[in-house]
Amino acid sequence: MGETIRMTLIYIVLIICGLAMIIPFLWMLSTSLMTQSEFNKQESVFIPKETYYVWDKGNQQQKIILVQEKGKISVVHILNNDNKIIEEYKEVPSAQVKKITKVPSFHWDNYIKAFNKVPFAIYFKNTILVSLFTLLGVLITSPLAAYAFARMEFFGRDFLFYLFLSMMMVPEPIYLVSSYVLLDKISWLDTYQALIVPWCVNIFTIFLFRQHFKSLPQELFDAAAIDGCSTFGMLWRIMLPLSKPVIATASIFSLIGSWNSFMWPLVMTNRPELRVLQVGLSYFNQEASTQTTLLMAASTFSIVPILILFFMAQKQIIASYAKAGLKD
Amino acid sequence: MKTKWKISPYLYVLPALFLLLAFRLIPIVMSFVISFFDWSLKGTGKFIGLMNYANMLKDDVFWQSMGNTLWLVIIVVPASIIFSLLFAVLLNNIKALKGLFRTVYFMPYVTSLVAVSIVWKLMFNEQTGLMNILLSYVGIAPQKWLSESRGIFQMLFSGLGINLKGWIGGPSQALFSIIIMTVWKGLGYNTIIYLAGLQNISKVYYEAAEIDGASKTRQFFKITLPLVSPTTFYVLIMTTIVTFQTFSQVYLMTDKGGPLNTTKLIVYYIYEKGFDTLEMGYASAVALALFIIILGLTIYQKRLEKYVNY
Repeated sequence: MGETIRMTLIYIVLIICGLAMIIPFLWMLSTSLMTQSEFNKQESVFIPKETYYVWDKGNQQQKIILVQEKGKISVVHILNNDNKIIEEYKEVPSAQVKKITKVPSFHWDNYIKAFNKVPFAIYFKNTILVSLFTLLGVLITSPLAAYAFARMEFFGRDFLFYLFLSMMMVPEPIYLVSSYVLLDKISWLDTYQALIVPWCVNIFTIFLFRQHFKSLPQELFDAAAIDGCSTFGMLWRIMLPLSKPVIATASIFSLIGSWNSFMWPLVMTNRPELRVLQVGLSYFNQEASTQTTLLMAASTFSIVPILILFFMAQKQIIASYAKAGLKD
Repeated sequence: MKTKWKISPYLYVLPALFLLLAFRLIPIVMSFVISFFDWSLKGTGKFIGLMNYANMLKDDVFWQSMGNTLWLVIIVVPASIIFSLLFAVLLNNIKALKGLFRTVYFMPYVTSLVAVSIVWKLMFNEQTGLMNILLSYVGIAPQKWLSESRGIFQMLFSGLGINLKGWIGGPSQALFSIIIMTVWKGLGYNTIIYLAGLQNISKVYYEAAEIDGASKTRQFFKITLPLVSPTTFYVLIMTTIVTFQTFSQVYLMTDKGGPLNTTKLIVYYIYEKGFDTLEMGYASAVALALFIIILGLTIYQKRLEKYVNY
């Protein structure tokens, strides 16, 4: 019995905390589906409801917007069937003004409005482009370097490896200003290569590949060498086909990282045509601060691709992050 | 054959090495050099020795940003360690729905900081934000959240007639709002790390403790806590480093680190000096100060490693 109570308590705490973790997302989603006036009037919090007022004349109902209530008289705008105002500031008896709430009503058109308000199509295109080319770069540089570090003997190997690791420890804000100066000197500011090339090397990914390559049995390489396989052939024909889980992990880290990166593209690009999604969203945040529902719609569609990736590969993603945090 | 073997390893390392030298090492060294110059991007830099550093030490906003950042780290790091360990222990105890909870807790971590900053900014809105709506359900007066510059301790103790001013007033409520959001965002990652750590603990210890009649609380303090100390150590160092770099929340949720600079954090200050007022030399000096603090703290925390049970 004590065990049942304990488990029930555990579930209650987990559910409450779980709600705290996702309520911001739920609220974002529900707000993104409301009309702005519904949101401003706080008519509902989580489930979008369409509310409108009618002038109930007994024999006939007329759609209206309630402007102001003055005791027994209300000031209203009269609407036609297309919600166009046909008569402004008409005074009608308050007793005849009725509030009608329809549940639920989802304004999916907010998504279209938000998407067209600023060039989100371009931002998406830029983000996808930058993410994919960065991934390509990472997947080229990492196995090559890791191969040398894991299975070759050469002068300065350990020094280089520790140099790599120590640079991983230096946080991005430390070299942000000087990188800007550097990119300015080589005329790379406001270019795609500024967003891609510096991130085509990922020390952590090199580390992941190196650990994996080290774990492969020597017999494989001996057998391949006897069969006349070249050094590069061993990487290409043997190690990479055996590295699919590492390639998947590295790709996930790289894609999530590129998709969410903000400070670097904010600083390094200025032209609107080069804005990536996060930077575009931040500009939209400044421009549309009163259009809450559109802002929420934009926030929602900006995280949807990552959430799809996350839900598709969540076991793999969570396991990778957990493994990355474990000391080896 | 022999010479080829000597050269080829370098060819494999070359692409990564080239990129690292060009886009990490050179900027890191440049950062150091630029900090001795009066450097606005368009004009040519002028060597001014240690002037940037001297000015930095006299700069009230620098010290305020530093103080704000310290408040952030001092609250976020322990809070996220305690909450994530709690979540992980609870999650480790259940069988059904474990995957669902893990997914839910991890969701904030994978989503972009920009999108969630926007959502939290709107949640903290005084009139229409969710936080004040939720508070109204339990009868608490609406808060000013991101626009309140008074310290949270100052606000709490003013009810008791005690007036706490200055730094003992605590982080401003605006900064505290950012702290809440920051803890929320990073919690999932630490929870997953702790879960992995907990799963490495052998069941044998608990079985033995059970036989000896040790309570669950005792088991937690005598078995779990010591045996996850390597994880705690990792989480401590990583969360500290990451929290020192907080930027996007301030950029997106506040009006330039306001109100009254109480949410201005050190990385935001670097950004402002470097790219708003184009004092790149000064910004580099601040960046270097940040680097020295992070490095110093990491080395200091490393010394705690001797208390860790491996």
